Amino acid sequence: MAHRVGMEVSIAVSHAVQMSRAEAIAAYPITPQTHIVEHLSSMVANGELDAEFVNVESEHSAISTCIGMSATGARTYTATSSQGLALMNEILFIASALRLPIVMTVANRALSGPLSIWNDHGDIMAARDIGWIQIFVENGQESFDHSVMAFKIAENHKVLLPTIINLDGFILSHVVEAMEFPEQELVDKFLPPYHPRFSLDPKNPVTMGAFAMPEVYTEVKMGHQMALTGSYDHILSVWKEWGDLTGRHYKPVEKYKTDGAKILLLTMGCLSEVAEVAVDEMRDAGLEVGLLKLRMWRPFPFADLRKAVEGAELLIVCDRALSLGGAAPPVLAEVRSAFYEMPNRPRTASFVIGLGGRDIPPGVFKDIVAQAQAEAQTGPTEEYHIFGVRG
Amino acid sequence: MEKFGYAQSQKFDTYASRLMPREEYFTSGHRSCQGCGEALAVRWVCKAIGKDAIIAHATGCMEIVSSGWPQTAWMHPWLHVAFENTSAVASGIESALKILERKGKLTGPKPKVVAMGGDGGTTDIGLQSLSGAMERGHNFTYVCWDNEAYMNTGIQRSSSTPYGAMTTTSPPGKMSIGQHTQKKNMVAIAVAHGIPYVATASPSYMFDLYFKVRKALETPGPAYIHVLSVCPTGWRSATELSVRLGRYAVETGVFPLFEVENGKYRMTVEPPKLRPVQDYLKPQGRFRHLRDKERAHIQKYTLAQYQLLLDKCGAAYPEFPVLTEETEEETE
Repeated sequence: MAHRVGMEVSIAVSHAVQMSRAEAIAAYPITPQTHIVEHLSSMVANGELDAEFVNVESEHSAISTCIGMSATGARTYTATSSQGLALMNEILFIASALRLPIVMTVANRALSGPLSIWNDHGDIMAARDIGWIQIFVENGQESFDHSVMAFKIAENHKVLLPTIINLDGFILSHVVEAMEFPEQELVDKFLPPYHPRFSLDPKNPVTMGAFAMPEVYTEVKMGHQMALTGSYDHILSVWKEWGDLTGRHYKPVEKYKTDGAKILLLTMGCLSEVAEVAVDEMRDAGLEVGLLKLRMWRPFPFADLRKAVEGAELLIVCDRALSLGGAAPPVLAEVRSAFYEMPNRPRTASFVIGLGGRDIPPGVFKDIVAQAQAEAQTGPTEEYHIFGVRG
Repeated sequence: MEKFGYAQSQKFDTYASRLMPREEYFTSGHRSCQGCGEALAVRWVCKAIGKDAIIAHATGCMEIVSSGWPQTAWMHPWLHVAFENTSAVASGIESALKILERKGKLTGPKPKVVAMGGDGGTTDIGLQSLSGAMERGHNFTYVCWDNEAYMNTGIQRSSSTPYGAMTTTSPPGKMSIGQHTQKKNMVAIAVAHGIPYVATASPSYMFDLYFKVRKALETPGPAYIHVLSVCPTGWRSATELSVRLGRYAVETGVFPLFEVENGKYRMTVEPPKLRPVQDYLKPQGRFRHLRDKERAHIQKYTLAQYQLLLDKCGAAYPEFPVLTEETEEETE
């Protein structure tokens, strides 16, 4: 039987990795990812997890070591954050091009400078084109569930792509929540041992990481693109299987009180729970406001999103990162692209919130909706708003 | 493969080339330049490695000439990821093998793990990951192919480029003699990590190279082998002179062949008489611009370094070339 636990979310993630029977872990400490790898290393030290834990000398080496581990055929995990993800950047592209099913937790944190250890999505948005599957989670239970499911998705021989689970640093990673843990038998049944499609084996030697002349580079990238877009169906089937086992079902775009909503907010990560509170209050006040929560970021769920906004007049996209000097913040840019050819697309409004750990209470979402409604009449004053800037 | 013994290494004459492995693990058809000392070294190192091994290779000349899709020259399972992280990749391979062995998932003998990279990938951009892997004590052998510059990108200087050498980013000019720094002592850096086995080697001394690789593989823990790889393209030398230049590097004392086993130094090739460095410098166009002053400086520096090494080895001094005005004039 599943059992209820109260636990810090980081520790829950480390338990998810343990119950997934990860075999090889390489990590370098960075706030706020540290609690995850600390607990994993103590599990290994105590014999609670039979794995190799390599304390590397940088994040660049962490992901490089993970590539070596995964290419040799071990179930491989790592976790990082912010500067660490940025330092990995070069190798992230190679991990996905090599089609290695590494699972990584990113405890989302702002990028320097100025140095900030606090939460926003600047780190992952700077790495959005790395060719990995990228999922956002909202609370502790989702953090646990998606950490387990990530292995099953990544290791599917029709997917074979590394996968990132994004969880908000501190405001999710460091909070204690009530969660339901499944029994080990259930996880074992759901997630069988990893059997690599190819591995580094003297009995069947392969050359991995060959270089490509212009005649084939485009074709390799096309194959990668097809794998990533094609992973959508497999992701959904893994989510469904988990849902059938646990009763917890997940969708690429989650809806909250969207019935009859003329105005929709769109959020990612754990701020969605705060937005729900705001939506409840606005609904009580008679406003036709609903909430969309974008869970699947790569592959981008175009069809789900288009369907989700049907009937809405205004979509307010709440970004947690900037694209300095660019056309739009990252999420808005993609959402607008998804809508451009739609005949009855909603108008969009853009607000960048919660940068570098700036607190977002429910009132912020109400202010945003009010401002967006006003601008719907007058036209927006800016391409996008960096909300709540002082001075 | 026989267990390597110290006594055997002293009797190279008992090893004829016909007794060396016939198997080719680095096969023909790769695209290295004519006279490439590195390709020769790779071929023999791979013979010494034998079948049961996994190789991680850094970006560089050897990766580019050997792995253009859809062809490969490598008969080993082989993984190239990037330039600066080969030691980290090898760390991952070695760690994965441990857990797979523990879980009974390895079906054959546990493969040896070998990392390979050029001097840029080792002494410059890859130094951090190499240092990390040596410090962590992974059971792997790192082989550095040292051709003393970034040859693959067009002969730019690295920290392994020797004093006075001309490269495309250390060109001699009115204000410069070319490379004005001394070659980074990567071997000493490896030794400083306290790893059990460190050696220099050269494809011009095939048996010495072969046995050092065997010894490195059979040593538990990290091992480091630094191979001088003559590069006719970058050194501006005649392609048919590559093996001879490798010998001159040793016979002049520029690149002595030695090993350091658990901190104990030992010369493995001891020329009874050292040649003047000019024998080594003269056939190379990259040193052509040097004046007598710089050549004399190289001679003095080489002998000083050689003596330091002999002292560490407790070896007898060979006959040194005479450092006189005449010697310097001869170098016109």
